[in-house]
Amino acid sequence: MYNWAKALLVSLLIYSSLVQASPYPDAWQDIGRPATADELEAWDIDVRPDFTGLPEGAGSVAQGEGLWLDKCASCHGDFGDSNEVFSPIVLGNITPEDIASGRVAALTDSAVVRTTLMKVATLSTIWDYINRAMPWNAPKSLQTDEVYALTAYLLNLGYIVDDDFVLSNDNIHAVQAMMPNRYGMTTDHGLWSAAGRPDVVGSRCISDCNADTTITSFLPDYAMNAHGNLRDQMRDYGPFPGIQTAPEANVISAPVPTSTAPDALLLANGCSGCHQQAGPLLGPSFDDIMAKYKNQDATDYLRTKIKNGGSGVWGTMAMPPMPHVDEEALLAISQWLVAGR
Amino acid sequence: MTDSNPEPRGQLQAAPESFIPADLVSAISAKGINAERRGLIKGAFASALATMAGVTTAAGGDPNIVTLPEWSTTLGKSVATHPYGQPSRYESNIIRRQSPGLTQTDQASVAFTPLQSLFGMMTPSGLHFERHHQGWVDIDPRRHRFMINGLVKTPTVFTLEDILRLPSVSRMHFLECGANTALEWGNSAVPTVQYTHGMLSGSEWTGVPLSLLLERVGIDLSKAKVILAEGADGSSMTRTINIANALDDCLVAYGQNGEMLRPEQGYPLRLVVPGVQGVSWVKWLRRIEVGDAPYATKDESSHYVDLMPDGLQRQYTAIQEAKSVITSPSGGQRLKNSGYYCITGLAWSGRGSVKKVEVSVDGGRNWREAQIQGPVLQKMTTRFTLDWVWRGEPALLQSRVTDSTGYVQPQRAALLEVRGARSIYHNNAIQTWRVNRAGEVDNVQLG
Repeated sequence: MYNWAKALLVSLLIYSSLVQASPYPDAWQDIGRPATADELEAWDIDVRPDFTGLPEGAGSVAQGEGLWLDKCASCHGDFGDSNEVFSPIVLGNITPEDIASGRVAALTDSAVVRTTLMKVATLSTIWDYINRAMPWNAPKSLQTDEVYALTAYLLNLGYIVDDDFVLSNDNIHAVQAMMPNRYGMTTDHGLWSAAGRPDVVGSRCISDCNADTTITSFLPDYAMNAHGNLRDQMRDYGPFPGIQTAPEANVISAPVPTSTAPDALLLANGCSGCHQQAGPLLGPSFDDIMAKYKNQDATDYLRTKIKNGGSGVWGTMAMPPMPHVDEEALLAISQWLVAGR
Repeated sequence: MTDSNPEPRGQLQAAPESFIPADLVSAISAKGINAERRGLIKGAFASALATMAGVTTAAGGDPNIVTLPEWSTTLGKSVATHPYGQPSRYESNIIRRQSPGLTQTDQASVAFTPLQSLFGMMTPSGLHFERHHQGWVDIDPRRHRFMINGLVKTPTVFTLEDILRLPSVSRMHFLECGANTALEWGNSAVPTVQYTHGMLSGSEWTGVPLSLLLERVGIDLSKAKVILAEGADGSSMTRTINIANALDDCLVAYGQNGEMLRPEQGYPLRLVVPGVQGVSWVKWLRRIEVGDAPYATKDESSHYVDLMPDGLQRQYTAIQEAKSVITSPSGGQRLKNSGYYCITGLAWSGRGSVKKVEVSVDGGRNWREAQIQGPVLQKMTTRFTLDWVWRGEPALLQSRVTDSTGYVQPQRAALLEVRGARSIYHNNAIQTWRVNRAGEVDNVQLG
C-alpha cells in the first residue's frame, strides 16, 4: 500500500529544486505565526481510531435518548431508522454473531439496506462526526458529555451496549472491541497511491474483438423524462439538439423562470428538508401554516419561531432552532407565510 | 426573452451524405478523414449547393441575410452593463442540474456539470459541479485562518494575506468525485452524460505548494505518513491524504481559472490533490494536521468506502483511475440527419496523462484511434475528437483511454466481475451510447 521511500525522494528533489531556484531561498520563512494553545484546543478536534484526541467525559444511554429525541429524531427518526432525510443509522441488520466476529454478514446481501452501524469499523468515527458536524443545522453545538451520551444511545440501538450503559473515555476502547464491522475494512487495493497496482485493466484489442454487444440495460420510455425534458437540457441549435421527452402538450416553450425568493431562501436555509408547499412532510405544509396565520399580525411570531424552534403547535415533532437563517431571510419567509398564496 | 425571428435558420435540411459518393463514405468510415477526403467532401458539397442554388434564390435568399437582423441595424449595449459577465440568454439550457430523488436534502447533494454542451478541456467556474456535505458557505476572507499542526516543529497559523504573499504556482487539473458514474453500477439509471459523468471538471488552480508550507512549519518527515485536511464549514469535512501526494503536487489553492475560488468551490481556500477523488480536495480549508496513521473519518468509513462482493469495504480508496467518455453525441441528444459528425469527448487519468483514446461505433468490436487535442497535461482532462459519417444505421458508441502508465480503461463487465455492482465509488467503466435509426441517442449497457 505504501511506497513511501520513492515518493518522498521524488518530492524532496522537486522541493529542493523549487527552493534553489530562488535567490531568496528563506525569504518567506517568517510568513505565518505560531498557533497558541487555545487556538489548537479550539480547532484540533479530530479523534483517531486509537482515540488519540478524545476528550475526557461520559454519557449514558438514557441521557442520549433524551438528547436524541430533542435534537436528532426529527431527521433520523426516534430509533435512528428513518430513511426520510438521511440513510438509516441502524435498522436491526446486525446479529450477535456479527458482534462476536467483527464482520457484518448482511453486507454481502444486496437486498439489505446498508446502515451506518453495519459499515463503520471504528467507534472514533461516530464520536468524531457527531462532535464536529451534528446536529445538522447547529454543528459543534453539543457538549462533550452529550456526544458521549448520543454515541451511547446509537450503540444501544444497535444492541452493542445495554440500556443502562454509560460510555466514557475509560471504557470506549472496550466498546471498540464490540463494533460489529470492526474487521470489515481492507486497505489491500491499488487506489491509495498513484503507484498502486490496478485490479482491473481493459483489453487492448482493436479489431474483430470479442465484444458482447447484447443490450442488457437501458432507460425505459417512461423513465426518459424523469430528469425533466431533455430537449431543454441541451443547446437548442447545432448538431446535437436534445430529444423531446416530455409529452408535447405539456411543453412550456418559454424558459422556466429561475426560482425567486422565498423559494430560493427556503431551499438555501434548509426549510425544504422538512416542509413542502402542500401536505405534511416532517413538519406542517406551507399551505397549512399560511392558512393558520394568513393576514394575521404574526410576522414577528413566525420569525421567532423559525429562529428558536419549538414544539406543540403542529404535533409532537419538534421544530429545531434555525439560528443560521439571517434576519433578511427570516423577514422574507415570515412575511410570505403571513401573506399567503 | 423574445426572439423576434427565430426561424428559418438557413439550414440545409438535405442530408449531406447524399451528396457524397458511397465509396468516399466507406473510406471515411473505415479510415477517418484526411486532407484528400476532406477535399472530396468539399467538392461534393459545392456541386450539391450549385444544384440547390435555384431553390434558395427563388425565395430571395435567407431572410437572415437578405433582411438585415436588428443587431446589425441598432446601437448595442454599454460597456459594463453586466459588470461581471454572463452567458448569452440563448444559452440558458446549459446549467448545473440535480438528479431528482438522488438525495433527500439539498445541502448534502450534487449538482452536475453539463458536459454535453462544453468544449475543450476547461470547465467554466460557474458550471463546475457542486458536491457539498452540509451546504455551502461564503467565508469572509479577512476572518479566514489556516492552521497546520500535528507532526511539525511549530504549529502555525496563516491568514489569507499570508497565503497570498507566499510563492505560488498555477496548474491545470481535473477534479472528479469518487462517486462520479456511481448511479450506473447496477443498470442504466440516468439519461444524459450530465448525470452519468457530470461530477467532473477541469480547471486551472492557483495556490501555494503544500510541500512548501509543510517545510515552512517543520514537518517531521521521519514520522509523517498522512495528513488530515479539514474544512471550516459546518460539516468540517475531513479526509486522510497520503503523505506522498501531500509532498508531491498538492496545492493550498485560492485561485480557479484566473479568479478567486467560487464559494461553492471552497472560497477562499481549498486543497487541490491532483489525481485524487474530489472529496479529498477539502473546501473552505481551515486546517491540516500531519499524522502517522489514517484517521478513519466519516467520509472514509461510512461513505467513500468501496464495498466488494465478499462484504469487505475498501478503505482509503483515493486515486481516480483512467476514464473517458464521449460527450457528443451522447445520451438524450439527437442527430438531425445522416452525414458527417465530429465525435468528441474527454479522457483523464489520476495516475498520469492521457496517452491514447480509441473510439468504437460498433459496441467495442472495432476501434479507431481518436485525435487528441493538446495540451496533454498530467492529471488533467484531455479533449479527443474523431471524424464519423453516420449513415442512418444503429450504432453503439464507446471510448477507451490508455494512460501514460499503460493502463487501459476496462469494459463494464470486466470491472463488475472483480468489484461487483455495489461498490458505489470509482466506476471508470467504458460508457456506451446507443444511436437508433432516428438518430436518437440513449444510455445503454452491454452484456
